Amino acid sequence: MIEFTDIRKSYGQDTVLGPVSGQIPAGGVTSLVGPNGAGKSTLLTIIGRLTEPTSGRVTVDGLDVHRAKSQEVARTLSVLRQENHFTARVTVRELVAFGRFPHSRGRLTPACVAKIDEALEFLHLGDLQHRHLDQLSGGQRQRAYVAMVVAQDTQYVLLDEPLNNLDMKHSVRMMGQLRRAADELGKTVVLIVHDINFAATYSDRIVALREGQIAASGTVDAMMRAEVLTEVFDTPVQIHEVDGNRTAVYFR
Amino acid sequence: MRRLSLPLAVLGVLALVTVSLFVGGYDIDLRSLFTDPDDRRMFLISRVPRTLALMLAAAAMAVSGVIMQMLVQNRFVEPTTTGTSEWAALGVLLLTLLAPAASPLVKMGAAGAFAFVGALVFLFVLGRIALRSQVIVPIVGIMLGALVSAVTLYIASTTNLLQTLATWRSGGFSSVVRGTYEPLWVVGAIVVGLYVAADRFTIAGLGRDTAVSLGLPYRRILFIGLTMVALATGVTTVVVGFIPFLGLIVPNLVSMARGDDVRTNLPWVVLSSIALMIACDLVGRVVVFPMEIPATVVLGAVGALVFVTMILRQRGKVHV
Repeated sequence: MIEFTDIRKSYGQDTVLGPVSGQIPAGGVTSLVGPNGAGKSTLLTIIGRLTEPTSGRVTVDGLDVHRAKSQEVARTLSVLRQENHFTARVTVRELVAFGRFPHSRGRLTPACVAKIDEALEFLHLGDLQHRHLDQLSGGQRQRAYVAMVVAQDTQYVLLDEPLNNLDMKHSVRMMGQLRRAADELGKTVVLIVHDINFAATYSDRIVALREGQIAASGTVDAMMRAEVLTEVFDTPVQIHEVDGNRTAVYFR
Repeated sequence: MRRLSLPLAVLGVLALVTVSLFVGGYDIDLRSLFTDPDDRRMFLISRVPRTLALMLAAAAMAVSGVIMQMLVQNRFVEPTTTGTSEWAALGVLLLTLLAPAASPLVKMGAAGAFAFVGALVFLFVLGRIALRSQVIVPIVGIMLGALVSAVTLYIASTTNLLQTLATWRSGGFSSVVRGTYEPLWVVGAIVVGLYVAADRFTIAGLGRDTAVSLGLPYRRILFIGLTMVALATGVTTVVVGFIPFLGLIVPNLVSMARGDDVRTNLPWVVLSSIALMIACDLVGRVVVFPMEIPATVVLGAVGALVFVTMILRQRGKVHV
């Protein structure tokens, strides 16, 4: 379980997040949603120890992520941010192999190699494994990074907007793969999604942030209500039933 | 063929080394080396140290380039495009002023310490710049370097050390003899260190976020990397002066051909930088024989050309 207590992040006088407290249970897919500047990325990267909180505490399965040894945390939790401006020229396979670093410290065991093959397979990257990252499309590169995280084989996987730069087809695939990671590999996936309907279709839980606070959170059914979403996004949202799924309509 | 390419490269470099050992104002050949004690002495006092200095200094700059490029995540940084070398020079000058009798080792310590500070200043300035395109970064570094150089020049001109500064900066390899180059061996240790920690530097090249997510102590890697760069730059600056662009063009050419895996690239980076350095030195020694043009000047001309080509190529790509 991920537990965060009185998390606050300020830059000078401006508080961009919190104080917020909450829990994300182990297993399943949890989506963080909310308008721009709501503090989603800040919360996710604080949980993933990429950002130091001004105050507060985060534990993942009892491990204090900001105090514990980084290598130990890296065996429990992985975190992926939006893409880098600099693309190192490593091959897909080399990148995925770095996912094993917390376990192997650079000396790959046969078990590591098996994990790497599995991860490549899981994201259908077999044919691309010897290509350099800078020879890939944005979507393929995104998949390569997710494969690295899969190879890292942590119970908790945090992803900051994995659908960024992906077209419709690849977005659907990516969400399907993350759903499979939760169902077949038993991972706990926490991700930031912009499209509320993607969140509703593929998540178990939704956490909505607004102005640095958790505005609402709960199961998809509890969250996919017109009054909840209208409030969170500050935009009129209607809910329609499409093929048995609650779908948000907010284009006018 | 792939398997043979590395041994072939080693042979090529050995051939260049041999040529470098037997070219010079003083006529030495293989036979006289064994028969004439004077020739042998000359060989050991001048030729061998010069060639070793060329090799070690080349390795120092190339390895510094690789480390900086990974840590800064920019293809165009190396000690002479980030002001690091200029800081080292300022350190040496100040020490010459304050403690003229200081031993070479103390001088190198000062140069290394200043280079380290310089690298930190560069990173600090970089952190404050919002627009961090691949091309802006080295321009910022070169500007910083020019600033530091100006200070160095001013101090030298007000203390009558201009001439010392000039001879020493363009000194190159012609003044290297036994007893002056030995500190460069520290570069060997740095190369070994980089080989051992190669994976960590490759991961650092994937960015801080990825490195932290993989459980790497990012700050420590940054600190160790900058220390290695500062040490290599400091020693090289004291012994032979500035070596422009080498740390930039060699790692980039290797990266273009083979990718960015630091461990498997390292032998190639070291070998190619040695080859290029010796080749430039040979050109400098032969074209105006029996006078010579410093190898660093030849390298500067070649390097500038490659640098500009690379920037133009980069501009053609989308993500500048």
